[in-house]
Amino acid sequence: MKRGLRAAALLLAVALGAGLAGCAAPAADGAADGAAGKTLTVFAAASLKGPFTSIAAAFEEQHPGIAVRLSFAGSSDLVSQLNQGAPADVFASADARNMAKLQDAGLVEAAPQDFATNVLTIAVPRANPASIGSFADLAKPGVKVAICASQVPCGAATKTVERETGVALKPVSEESSVTDVLGKVSSGEADAGLVYVTDVLAAGNRVKGVAFAEAGKAVNAYPIATVQTSRNKDVAAAFIAAVTGPDGRRILADAGFGTPGA
Amino acid sequence: MNPRPVGTYSGIPRWVVAIAAVGALFVLLPLAAMAARVNWAKFIPLVTSEASLTALGLSLRTAAASTVLCVLFGVPLALVLARGGFPGQRLLRSFVLLPLVLPPVVGGIALLYTFGRQGLLGRSLEVAGIQIAFSTTAVVLAQTFVALPFLVVSLEGALRSAGSRYEAVAATLGARPTTVLRRVTVPLVLPGLASGAVLSFARSLGEFGATLTFAGSLQGVTRTLPLEIYLQRETDADAAVALSLVLVAVAVIVVGLSYRRPAAGTRSSAPEKRVSP
Repeated sequence: MKRGLRAAALLLAVALGAGLAGCAAPAADGAADGAAGKTLTVFAAASLKGPFTSIAAAFEEQHPGIAVRLSFAGSSDLVSQLNQGAPADVFASADARNMAKLQDAGLVEAAPQDFATNVLTIAVPRANPASIGSFADLAKPGVKVAICASQVPCGAATKTVERETGVALKPVSEESSVTDVLGKVSSGEADAGLVYVTDVLAAGNRVKGVAFAEAGKAVNAYPIATVQTSRNKDVAAAFIAAVTGPDGRRILADAGFGTPGA
Repeated sequence: MNPRPVGTYSGIPRWVVAIAAVGALFVLLPLAAMAARVNWAKFIPLVTSEASLTALGLSLRTAAASTVLCVLFGVPLALVLARGGFPGQRLLRSFVLLPLVLPPVVGGIALLYTFGRQGLLGRSLEVAGIQIAFSTTAVVLAQTFVALPFLVVSLEGALRSAGSRYEAVAATLGARPTTVLRRVTVPLVLPGLASGAVLSFARSLGEFGATLTFAGSLQGVTRTLPLEIYLQRETDADAAVALSLVLVAVAVIVVGLSYRRPAAGTRSSAPEKRVSP
């Protein structure tokens, strides 16, 4: 049965390959045109979109002939893609757990480096209709709170804060991504949501952040590493150096990220 | 319903069959690949976990409710579109069918701005003490929004191919429009209505994007089976695959039910068509 399946897959691949060859050709030409140019593919957690776009632009300027291609998605999605053979040179994860998954699969070149930290904050709609001023306020009756499900990194951090503060939340929704939590707050559906500090900064003036001291109990570290299957390992190392170097630090700090070990 | 006349031409060129085979493989192979990944040893515990059963139960209940709403609003809509003659009819049809081609997340955003707390109707509803956001009602609304066109399309096709001659006769015999509808039209297109309802049910069961955007995700309240799969995928790939297989099985059964008997209308045999669009 397995063999039959594989034969069928092969047949389909050949048939589709023939059909897609036409579409793929121009891309291949484009890559060849770069001559001396190399393309560095960076897979990064969705929350890194702003700072990594700036870092990549600066990197391209300092390294003529190198193009940085960025792919942003949820860390676990990126790990699944890498496990299925997606070509990438650098992986920047939003948490240690997803990086560990990639290490377990033998796809990480050297020990990952933590390059940024992120902490939770309370996001409220601009007008703050439920007058949220502290973490304990989230447990007030009638307050509609959206949080991340415990399966995703921001949800795990939320659980830690709940444990540390002894405040048990009764959320109206447990979303599968921090973006969805933010969406529920910025649209005014939820009175408050627990998201990362950087999310509130990136959301502009649609939402307001209410910082709370207990957030420090759940600091999330972002690791970065070269992917084992990379064919541009020297360039990948240079990019990681740019992220962890002073310029990268400054860009990340502007976006609200903390410095690991600080 | 028409037995194929003797000597019907059925010579399909071989190359067409070959391409058709590739097309069929394109759909079947990913399903087979997924089935091959199922961890059978853990399959039963995975699909019978509390979270899974809650999600499945919620999915079946909300999909059933959505199907009822689809029939309630879809039958009159299909009748108006198939039988009525009024300016803007084509435009109305295009808009009713829009959810078929819209990304569900767009539907979710549209619903949010209608029924959400700050929405067009939501604000008045909130004053009246009705809150839709984050409730099971929101799930049903999202599913109805995306599934309604399936019922309308099936039924309108059935109505058009059934023609209106029996209704005309009934009317000349003195039957009032409501009597004609109840005694002639509906019985005539019942198979089309049934398959439309089944398709709506299936579409409701698979609804994901609009629900996620509009209703949120909370176990037992708004987290339907597709949302549960999406969440499980984060941590437990085995559970996600097992639940996916359950959803595929339900979908296969449902779609199989709807296409088992060639229904009078849905096969929309062109020669029978009496009304030009």
